[in-house]
Amino acid sequence: MGYIQAKKAYCMNLDQVDLGSLYRVSEVNAPKGAPQIKGQLEDIGFLPGEQVTVLRKGLLGKGPYMVRIGASTFALRQSEVRMISVESASHV
Amino acid sequence: MSESKVHFYSNEPLVALLGNPNCGKTALFNLLTGSRQKVANYSGVTVERKEGRLALESGKNVRVLDLPGAYSLYPRSLDEKVTCNVLLGRAEGEKRPDLVICVLSAMNLRRNLRLVLAAKRLGLPCVVVLNMLDIAKRQGLQIDTAALSNELGLPVLTSIGIQSDGADEIKQFLSNLDWRNLNALRTGTSDATLENVASHIAHTETDNIQVQRILQNLKLDQIIPDQLSDRLDAVLLHPVFGPIILVVLLFCIFQAVFSWATVPMDLIKSSVEFLGAQIVEVLPNGWMRSLLINGILAGLGGVVIFLPQILILFFFILLLEESGYLPRAAYLLDRVMGSVGLSGRSFIPLLSSFACAIPGIMATRSISNARDRMVTILIAPMMTCSARLPVYALLISAFVPEQKLWAGIDLQGLVLFTLYLAGIFGAMAVAWILKRFTSEQFRMNALMMELPSYHLPRLGNLAISLWQRAEIFLRRVGGVILVMTISLWVLSSFPFPPEGATGSPIQYSFAGMLGEALAHVFSPIGFNWQISIALVPGMAAREVVVSSLATVYALSSSSVDAADALIPLISGTWSLATALSLLAWFVFAPQCLSTIAAVKRETGGWKIPVIMLSYLFGLAYIASFITYRVAIFLGLG
Repeated sequence: MGYIQAKKAYCMNLDQVDLGSLYRVSEVNAPKGAPQIKGQLEDIGFLPGEQVTVLRKGLLGKGPYMVRIGASTFALRQSEVRMISVESASHV
Repeated sequence: MSESKVHFYSNEPLVALLGNPNCGKTALFNLLTGSRQKVANYSGVTVERKEGRLALESGKNVRVLDLPGAYSLYPRSLDEKVTCNVLLGRAEGEKRPDLVICVLSAMNLRRNLRLVLAAKRLGLPCVVVLNMLDIAKRQGLQIDTAALSNELGLPVLTSIGIQSDGADEIKQFLSNLDWRNLNALRTGTSDATLENVASHIAHTETDNIQVQRILQNLKLDQIIPDQLSDRLDAVLLHPVFGPIILVVLLFCIFQAVFSWATVPMDLIKSSVEFLGAQIVEVLPNGWMRSLLINGILAGLGGVVIFLPQILILFFFILLLEESGYLPRAAYLLDRVMGSVGLSGRSFIPLLSSFACAIPGIMATRSISNARDRMVTILIAPMMTCSARLPVYALLISAFVPEQKLWAGIDLQGLVLFTLYLAGIFGAMAVAWILKRFTSEQFRMNALMMELPSYHLPRLGNLAISLWQRAEIFLRRVGGVILVMTISLWVLSSFPFPPEGATGSPIQYSFAGMLGEALAHVFSPIGFNWQISIALVPGMAAREVVVSSLATVYALSSSSVDAADALIPLISGTWSLATALSLLAWFVFAPQCLSTIAAVKRETGGWKIPVIMLSYLFGLAYIASFITYRVAIFLGLG
């Protein structure tokens, strides 16, 4: 119980994280209108447990975001970044 | 798309290179096949197909196919669909590969290994190649290839894609291979089924676990960031300096395409004129001479004239692409382009369309999203290309008074600027409307663009790609332009004027008849019959309208004198409303068959060019109609 609460507390979407900090992907939630995006994000590496860092947030923090996932770097739009929930790497 | 079915040496074994985008696969392909490559499209789609031939030490020849980059074997993009179909032996006109070489970037084993696991399930003989080993070593990454080979159950070779002997291990391996019995390299069951959603999801999970395990066993589960790229990005993607550097860079490219190209273009123009003059001396005046000069020579010249711009533009694009900067430029521009439903990738093709739409349309190949690419192709002709300038110059100097407005702004310059803006706004509006009308599925159009590590471009790779662009243009677009130019010559030259005719010969030709019929269509927008006729040969290229107007008015036809002689004539006989209407026409009208030929080539069919012709002519007519009527209303008729 305590673990789940703690986990929830540190769980957030990738658009809310601090720049340059290390997180781990917990899951990808695709919107109902575009379920294929989940698979697309998984293909490029957004899989549970994978290390992720937001390097840049673009102008005024509205994207496109520059995200390091595993060893590669991707540019993602805000709508995509919002689908990815992460947890702080130090609490995993 | 018949060319994709013409394979050379079809009885030789086919080796397919499979890999993630940015794994250095194409550099490796260039190392393996050198200049012996053939570029075409896959049957029925606009995905580029690259095949080459490799002569092995054993004396055997193999065909090497550079498959489009894929992140997984579940087909999401058009590129991935082609890759899957070829691997499953389902692609039309393609042989199923005899051997698959999985190219891995040593820098990104995690993602690359998932593709290897998927490839193993195909039931095809597989070999793994660890590429970019030099960079990995430099960054302190030690990869135990024997252990990796053990884990995967496949041979693991190494390569360095940027070193001239970097592919020797692969060549040696292929040379020693017993091509009649490749079963030892076959690990999966040979039921070749396309992964469906359920099995893909199931595999994604198990593959991920397996990859984690392999990396742990090899002690490679640490991620080493690429510090050089991060340092470069700190400057090149800096919120303030990044955009400034980009603008300076784009300005230089634009300058180069616009101004460096003029020297070779003038040279081509004067050689064509020189050749024409030689023909005049040898041949008597007649239709034969006219065909040679105004049909064939003009057509050939009209093809070659585009080469300098295409080569210069592609030199820069390839340089930016190879170095890893191009996706970053797209990253910086994504917000701007995203507001009209495009991505940052559309920017450079559109920018180069200001010089000429043809290199611009060819440059859309760097746009990975198929929908974005079509929209970019559709709006590219609205960018004011350099061929419009002679027409604008003629009309502006004939009708717009040389006059200074407030703050020393020149009225003529202001009109020219407005014409440029009209094109840009028109293009943005069309892109925005197309965004509204595309289905929900495509509107959720993701960016998901990889920003690869920076590296120094190799001149050899650049030269090969540049040569391929030139070849594609000359062979496939050039032919259509030549045929169209000759057809226009036939239209404007036949039938001959009757004995004792007083008008200009073109009046009695098919083009003349067509023009007179068109005059009825064009009278509501203020075009007289002279303009209507001139627009017919003007389909060859916009600037031709100037000389064909001179022909209709029976003036001397060499282009320099033509404009000078036309200015007093048209400013005396046309109303200002007519001139403004014609300017509006040229902002939008696709008066350029070469562009249509390029679009047909790049989209692989007549559908997009027909859509483009009709909507641009429609837009031009509406714009001219409004301009003409408003001008009449304001008393400028």
